[in-house]
Amino acid sequence: MVYRGPYRVRPEEKDRPSIEHPNDAIVRVTRAAICGSDLHLYHGLMPDTRVGMTFGHEFVGVVDEVGPSVRNLKAGDRVMVPFNIFCGTCYFCARGLYSNCHNVNPNATAVGGIYGYSHTCGGYDGGQAEYVRVPLADVGPSLIPDWMDEDDAVLLTDALATGYFGAQLGDISEGDVVVVFGAGPVGLYAAASAWLMGAGRVIVIDHLDYRLEKAATFAHAETINFTEYDDIVVHMKKITDHLGADVAIDAVGAEADGNLLQHVTAAKLKLQGGSPVALNWAIDSVRKGGTISVMGAYGPMFSAIKFGDAMNKGLTLRMNQCPVKRQWPRLFEHIRNGYLKPSDIVTHRIPLEHIAEGYHIFSAKLDGCIKPLIIPNAA
Amino acid sequence: MAYTPDKPKLPETSDELRARIPGWGADLDPRDRPAVPREQFDPTFSGAHWEFPERQPELWPRERSIEHAFLTPVFGTSCPPKGLSGKIRRYSYARYSEARAAHWLLLLASDRVDAVESTLRSFVSRRPDNPVTETGVLADGPRGERRADKGHHLLDPVIVAAPWVLGAGLAYALIRRLVRQ
Repeated sequence: MVYRGPYRVRPEEKDRPSIEHPNDAIVRVTRAAICGSDLHLYHGLMPDTRVGMTFGHEFVGVVDEVGPSVRNLKAGDRVMVPFNIFCGTCYFCARGLYSNCHNVNPNATAVGGIYGYSHTCGGYDGGQAEYVRVPLADVGPSLIPDWMDEDDAVLLTDALATGYFGAQLGDISEGDVVVVFGAGPVGLYAAASAWLMGAGRVIVIDHLDYRLEKAATFAHAETINFTEYDDIVVHMKKITDHLGADVAIDAVGAEADGNLLQHVTAAKLKLQGGSPVALNWAIDSVRKGGTISVMGAYGPMFSAIKFGDAMNKGLTLRMNQCPVKRQWPRLFEHIRNGYLKPSDIVTHRIPLEHIAEGYHIFSAKLDGCIKPLIIPNAA
Repeated sequence: MAYTPDKPKLPETSDELRARIPGWGADLDPRDRPAVPREQFDPTFSGAHWEFPERQPELWPRERSIEHAFLTPVFGTSCPPKGLSGKIRRYSYARYSEARAAHWLLLLASDRVDAVESTLRSFVSRRPDNPVTETGVLADGPRGERRADKGHHLLDPVIVAAPWVLGAGLAYALIRRLVRQ
């Protein structure tokens, strides 16, 4: 697929990617997914998103070719590829902060490299394609375990790992009340992961009933549709003994609804790096001394965040892009034990040639869409 | 009720939650979670066999943040800058750091210029842009009533259609003027 401008994508023939660095691999994609954060690109919100780019940072496939210095992979290997591109040895990678790699993104120092996520994130084509270039192939990809379903594997490349990471950033203790803003894929996974860390209550907030129903069944969560309340913060206080939740997780990010002014100035007019409605609700509805974990993706511009309330309440704000590969060994265990079944939230399987309809269905929330997978012809 | 030192009582005990929710408490110990501690120094863990990666050949002058000391050894080559949008992008990277709003606003402006340039370019190609197929709106079809957040998307059609309507209007005005001359 290629991006043609805001709200426009189309399938297009491009040259098969080639080895550009000795440690590159070329992977034939067998499953990809559209991520909620791809919608920020699709809606023209992310600076330096160029016409002709191929999106897609969630994908798995089969190694088709390797560069001369690749030691850990060979042609024919089934691999899952984390959305982070990383070198493994810079100051940040050496400390496990793979999402903050300093050696792979010349366009910005504030963010690492991400497949198919604008030139602000390095200018790499993504995996919503038949073939994709995978740089630094000795450190990024892992073999897909024989027992693992390919649909589960593709969801481990970002959404599940990010939701699980988000719950960890909440620093949850046994019996904590955890509120998750957003019942999209990352919010659902964060809610399910909060129980693994011993949460005493998990509450998910959204405005789409069909997604809240999924939060109740998939993540065993209490659910709240914020459109049914005049002031969601007051309601949150009422149901938490007027103290507030111990932990809040923002799994919404840049295009949050719930405040027309914020939404229009950020998501439509691009005058903010993101609409911080969910983040502001998190700040106001968490208890004093509580923790906020930000998993929602925001752009690099400034946003109108209620920072004074965060300061006065003594909050801890924790956030990062997920260093995916660090989460995998434990998540493999949880999937194998049956604690998490990531593919339970997949609602659509879309052939690559119908990519435009796929983006529209996901963006406009048609047909109960929660997580669409993309199936390339070569799969 | 009163505000007291006690933590409010939960609706379910830990034992009840363990019985109801598969895996409850599997990661109960905060010190035994994969992201804890945040920084874990181990430069060999990733499997890298370099201290600094080999340098990827720079086949054209690659734009980069002026906050970087050098062009990173590995980089994407998806869409080299071109046209007027490319000039704006190169200026933005050469002149402003990531700390400056001008950097991002110029990049956003170049994105819009790029979209217009690319659409105009497509009209002289074998595959002109088609706003109907490329927006995927045909997926709405008879299922439009199943759109879950209609209110949110009231503005979307306006934003998508406005440049096309404006462009068509300008083209019509231009042609009419030429015909009259």
